[in-house]
Amino acid sequence: MDWVNAIVQGILLGGLYALFAAGLSLIFGVMRLVNIAHGDFIVLAAFLGLTITSTLGLSPLVALALVVPVMAAIGYVLQRGILNRTLGEDILPPLMVTFGLSVIIQNGLLEIYSADPQKMSAGSLETASLSLPGDLNVGVLPILMFVVAVAVIAGLQWIFYRSSLGRAFRAVSDNQDIAQLMGLNKAHVFGMAMALSLAVVGIAGVFLGIRTSFDPSIGPGRLIFGFEAVIIGGLGNLWGTLVGGIILGVSQNIGAQINPGWQLLAGHLAFLFVLAVRPRGLFPRID
Amino acid sequence: MTTEHTYSISRSSKASLIAAALGLLVLVVLAAAPLWAGRADMRLLSEVFLYLSLACLWNLLAGYAGLVSVGQQAFVGFGGYMLFALAMFAGVSPLAAIPLAGILGALVAVPVALLIFRLRGAYFAIGTWVIAEVFRLSFAQISALGGGSGTSLPVALVRSIASNRSMREATTYWMALGMAVLVLVVIYALLRSRKGLALTAIRDSELASQSFGIDIWWHKFAVYLITAGLTAMTGALIFLQKLRISPDAAFNVNDWTAFVIFIVVIGGIGTLEGPILGVIVFFLLRETLADLGSTYLLILGAVAIVVMLKAPKGLWGMLKERTGLELFPLSRRVVKNKT
Repeated sequence: MDWVNAIVQGILLGGLYALFAAGLSLIFGVMRLVNIAHGDFIVLAAFLGLTITSTLGLSPLVALALVVPVMAAIGYVLQRGILNRTLGEDILPPLMVTFGLSVIIQNGLLEIYSADPQKMSAGSLETASLSLPGDLNVGVLPILMFVVAVAVIAGLQWIFYRSSLGRAFRAVSDNQDIAQLMGLNKAHVFGMAMALSLAVVGIAGVFLGIRTSFDPSIGPGRLIFGFEAVIIGGLGNLWGTLVGGIILGVSQNIGAQINPGWQLLAGHLAFLFVLAVRPRGLFPRID
Repeated sequence: MTTEHTYSISRSSKASLIAAALGLLVLVVLAAAPLWAGRADMRLLSEVFLYLSLACLWNLLAGYAGLVSVGQQAFVGFGGYMLFALAMFAGVSPLAAIPLAGILGALVAVPVALLIFRLRGAYFAIGTWVIAEVFRLSFAQISALGGGSGTSLPVALVRSIASNRSMREATTYWMALGMAVLVLVVIYALLRSRKGLALTAIRDSELASQSFGIDIWWHKFAVYLITAGLTAMTGALIFLQKLRISPDAAFNVNDWTAFVIFIVVIGGIGTLEGPILGVIVFFLLRETLADLGSTYLLILGAVAIVVMLKAPKGLWGMLKERTGLELFPLSRRVVKNKT
């Protein structure tokens, strides 16, 4: 029964990893940018949620209504102010600039909030659970996170393939110059893509903060989980990132079931295994 | 009256000759440091040399082979752990264990490269990070090496390096200096060779160099292995000086990769001189601002972003663009001979 439980919890955890991954996948798809500070933005969103819940006395889920737009605004300003100037043939400038941002966010949070682990409280929601047949108890919160992850990915999928903004994303992704000729302002389109990416990061950060304790140093670890989910699922495939997140979550929980020290290692090994046998991921869309 | 000019192709210039002479002089003065420097100064200088070595190696990898890695701490930590394991369990003397750690580092880089070379560009960078995490988590599982809390080098082994403390400190100091010189010589020789020409071509245009028949994959693979081996040797030396190792210290992304990247970016990527200038700037900043703690890191991150946006070729690149100065004679130039 422990094993079934580990797998079910792993699948639900995969939803959170898919939230880490979706924003990463989106900006890579639109502008081939990999944001090294992605994980640190997740932690920034968690701290933002913490400040809002503790000063205004709101529930974390209500705080989302503030965290998400603030993160999106940060994303838009960041992209137009700094990151757009780094895009080009050379992959080094965006990598280095986001690496610098990662260091700045980590140490900025350290200055403000100290290195103490923090946690957001979601009240009775945290302990509520559903009894499933077969002696299985599943927390309501993990189920909620998974449902939100599926909804977010469905939403991104809809934006990407059904909305005019998504058409602009796909146009600049295919050919930036021709998209410009057709009257698209690529600086603005990229800004919107980063805003959307960090909006998802806002949701991911708040859920991370409810689920576990967090401190300023854990960002890079979250980046790696998101990245592994993207690669396992296949580049450019949003539903693939959900599968990638689930595979990662299940591997970690199975590893932890065998030996608590193997939790993270098992996840990384699953990633390396997929890389060895299917270098382009399970469901690749783009090269 | 007609003056006839003959032309010849030369690599060296007056500046490079003066630099070579000055460099030798500096090397002699530094080698004599145990005679004139205090204990703390020598420790600091050793650290400078080891950072110089790491920076030059990362520069070779990223600046010449286009392999931007944020996971070089995998090899620093691996080298350190190999030194401890070889000395503690195989009875190898710590000094002999250093080159062995380098060879093992290059060997372990073979399967690593075969896996992560499947990733491109920025995803390659994060892939190297995953490898470093796998190394960290794996070494934390080895209880003979202290597991997650690490281990110290036994006193008897420390004593075996040299009879007394000051001699031991001088020995590790010279080895750190020797490591930096070795790395500079290897990279310089590599870049002046046929392989180096191929690497420079790859750096400038992968497409063009491929059409000239250069095997890009092999060149990158070779550079990755050389870098891994020398990085592991440097790591072995770093932890020989610390005399203590733990997974978190050995595979620390900030210490062994972030700082190294800042050094190279600030100094100037893709030049041999850049990391040298960068390491001087980095330690000047650190020695003056380190008391500020995390604010210092904030400043460092901001400086790196500003440099990347305003002067992507770094301080040395800026200088080179304005003056054409080159201290390591790598590029060829046409010289008008005096008749």
